[in-house]
Order: sequence, then C-alpha cells, then structure tokens
Amino acid sequence: MTILFLITIFILSCFIGYFVVQGVTPALHSPLMSVSNAISGIVIIGALMTAALAEGWNNEEILSLLAIFFASLNIFGGFVVSYRMLELFKKKDDK
Amino acid sequence: MIEYKGLYIIYLISAIFFILAIKGLASPKTARRGNDFGIFGMALAVLATLLVLPTRNDLGILLAGGMAAALGTFMANKVKLTNLPQMIAFLNGVGGLSSVLIGMAQILRQMTYSLDAIIGVVIGCIAFSGSIVAFFKLQGVKINRFPLMNFLNAVLFLAVWVHFALYHKMQDAYLLLAATFLFGISITLPVGGADMPIVISVLNAFSGFAASGIGFSLSNVALIITGALVGASGTILAVVMTKAMNRSVIEVFFKAVKTSATNGAAGKVAHAGSVEDAAFLMQNANRVIIVPGYGMAAAGAQHALKSMASLLEDKYHVEVKFAIHPVAGRMPGHMNVLLAEAKVDYDKVFSLEEINPDFETADVAYVIGANDITNPLAKTDPSSPLYGMPILEVSKAKTVFFVKRSLGAGYSGVDNPLFFADNTLMLYGDAKTVTQEIISML
Repeated sequence: MTILFLITIFILSCFIGYFVVQGVTPALHSPLMSVSNAISGIVIIGALMTAALAEGWNNEEILSLLAIFFASLNIFGGFVVSYRMLELFKKKDDK
Repeated sequence: MIEYKGLYIIYLISAIFFILAIKGLASPKTARRGNDFGIFGMALAVLATLLVLPTRNDLGILLAGGMAAALGTFMANKVKLTNLPQMIAFLNGVGGLSSVLIGMAQILRQMTYSLDAIIGVVIGCIAFSGSIVAFFKLQGVKINRFPLMNFLNAVLFLAVWVHFALYHKMQDAYLLLAATFLFGISITLPVGGADMPIVISVLNAFSGFAASGIGFSLSNVALIITGALVGASGTILAVVMTKAMNRSVIEVFFKAVKTSATNGAAGKVAHAGSVEDAAFLMQNANRVIIVPGYGMAAAGAQHALKSMASLLEDKYHVEVKFAIHPVAGRMPGHMNVLLAEAKVDYDKVFSLEEINPDFETADVAYVIGANDITNPLAKTDPSSPLYGMPILEVSKAKTVFFVKRSLGAGYSGVDNPLFFADNTLMLYGDAKTVTQEIISML
C-alpha cells in the first residue's frame, strides 16, 4: 500500500474522530478517555504481527511479547473501567 | 509486510465498531451499548488475527495476553473512582509503551530505521514518559519548575530531531529513544496540578497518534484509523479544557502559572456561617444549586452530598441541581463520574452553559471544594490571570455558602473576592464533615 493511501485514510479518520467526539456529552468525558485507551489497545494486532515475523526466540520476539502484554493491559483495563463507570450512569428505570 | 485480504475486511469492520463505540457516548442511554461495540470490535480483530497469522510461540502470546488481561481487569475493578485520573494516566502510558515496543521490534528486524518506523516510537515514548510524571503528580508528588526548564526542553527536542535527520542506524535508535524519553519527562515535570486535565488529554492524544504511527510502519489500516480516532478525541478534550481554563497548550507546558496577583483581600472580612445557618436556609429554600470542585473529590464527600440533596428534596421539597464546571476535578468528566457513583441522577447534573442562567433564581448556592471556577475576577479584572475564563456565576444566588478549609487562594493563587461579599457565608472545615453536620440538622 502506498504511503499516500495510508495518509488519506489517516486524515479522513481524524475528521471522523473530530465529528464523533464533538457529539460526546461532557458528562461522559471520563469514560470517553477510558474507552479510547481501550481501543488504542488495537496495537496488539501490530504486536501479533511482529511476533509472527520474529525468527526464533530473539529480542524481536521478546519486545513483541512485552507489547502484547501492555496492549492487552490497556484493552482490559480500559474496557472494564469504562464498564464500571457507565454502570453508574444507569437510571433506575433503565434496563 | 503481511497482507491478508480477509483480515483487511475484518479490520475495517472493527474500526467501524470503534467509531460506533465513541458515538454511543453521546448519551448515557446509549453509552453502555457503545462500550459493548468497542469490546466486540476488539475481540473480532484479535481473534481473526490469531486465527490467520502463522505463529510459533502461541503459548508465549497467550501467557502475555492472559496475564495482562487478568491484571487489567483486577486494577480496573479495584481502583477508587477518586483516583480515576491516575488510572487513565497509567493506561495512556501503557498504550504509548506498547507502541514503542512494537516499533522497536520492527526496527530490530530491519536493522535500520525510517521515518514511518520511528514516528510511532517517538510519539509513544513521549506519551509513556510523560504519563509516568503525570501519574506521580496526580498522586500528590510536587515538583517545581526550575529556571532552565524550557532551555532543557528545547535542547532535548532539537537533539531528538537533529539526531533523527542525521542517523538511521540501529544503534542510534536507542539514543533517540533515550532523548525522547527524557523530553517526555522534562516537558511534563513543570506542569501545575490544576492543568492536569489538559495534560492527561494531550497524553491521551499522543498515545493514539503513536498507534497511528505504528499503523503506518506496518501498513495496517486498523491501527491508523483507531489511532486517529483516539488522537482526535484527546485533542478535542485538550481544546475543551484549555478553553474552559482560558489557557493555551503552549502556556500549560512552557509557562509558569502567574501567581503575583493579590486583589486587596487584606483588610476585608469574610462572614463565617454556621452549619445551622446553612441547614436553615437550605430547607426553607425553593432552589439550591450545589457546585462541587476538586476539594469535594479529595474529601470523598459525594455520598454525603447526595444524602443532603435527597433530604432537601424529599423532606422539604427543595429543587436541587448540581453545577459542574468543565475543569472541576483532575480530569475531564471526573465530577460527573463521582456524582454518578453516589447515585445522583444525571438529569440533575448540569454543565456551565446550562446552569448559569439559573443562579439568578436560586436561593442558595452551595460551593463545596471549588474556588477559581467561581471567581468573578475572571469577568471583571483584565489584569487577573483568570481573566476570560468562563465561571459559574454563583454570586447571583441569594446566599452563597463556601465550604472550605481556609480563606486561602485557589490553585491559580488568586484571591476570590466572593469570600468577602455580603451574601457569602463561609463554612470552614472538611467538605465531608461539614456536609454531614448539615445533614444532622435537617
């Protein structure tokens, strides 16, 4: 894939991000941060790729495994703390 | 680079679910579904990758991922909501760190580095080291600005980029990494505590853009899209916070807070009120507006506050509303979460624009652990550092109660003339204790 294509995707995504985040109610700015922490854990698939490319038990592999550890920490920490916060915003009559 | 057409489609679907996850946060009603969308998108991307990629070390991957999953879940369940900002700072840092590790793994394989391989590493490293500092600052460790701070920042910044422009060998990557790490620390060190919401937002944005950077080097659209979403989110939050504090990001990182202004507080007398006065006035009021600030969070007074509000509503039929300034607390939205924890209905919690017209008709404003965000000098005194900052106009209420430990200035160092106003009564003491004493009088 050419770099120009990737840059196009990046810039359009920034715009999508801008408009979607504008719509977030200020009351939920804390969960917004933790949800975005969680989804930025998507780098875990990058770590899985570098782990797959590593040949044998070398530094590349160790770095990849560490990256998997920290990205997974981000994913679970982020989603669980968001879940916990959002449960608090539940009303009595909400299901 | 690995390219699988099937995976590409899956990643696109995941990215769409991430967009929907953030979109869900537009309202508390749809927010939980949004979080579920995010989890689904993540599970989809990870499982598909695990199934398709040929890996040798499946055990290592499962072990690393599984241990972190357990640890992350444990921490997220255990953290006190008062300490939420530390948790977010921690996650920002961890996110930056994983980008650094992936980028370095790639550089190791190529034995040389190019712009696309290093950009994620540099941004991620700043997010990482900056978040370490932010974490300790939020824990209450105080570090003061020293004179050569900006000079040091500039030197490190130049070192990073000159180095990048001149060298592209593997061993130089470590030097670059070290300089970037130090830069992240030195740029965050001097930031004042009240600016923490801005810093956390900026670091949040960095952790996102780092993921985008890694996406470029791996030609992975999922990383690019998601990183851009997170980056945009952090950026917008930073802009919202800076506007609400009348500061710019440049000022936050490179200028000390002006603390020179003292506005003739000496010689004036503040009226001390008693909890009896507060209880009496509030139970006979038609409308009460409660204004919580960081002091409320620090004292853990949210549950007492909720009990007081419920008592006033149920026993005395007083209309009680909560007013939240955008920068109340130590991170965006922190007060809302704490009030929600105490089971305050979110329909009774209002933002600055929504609530300001209501102060005129309010009988009592109960300001608890807040100061600068109510300071009228922000409107009237062009020489004040606060000038231009939007405030909650509590002085328009018939009576204002300030629950504070002392008459001291707020984080900005500016005296609040409201303390000496005729319709202001000071309730000295701990936010929680004072509120509990009022409850016992009701």
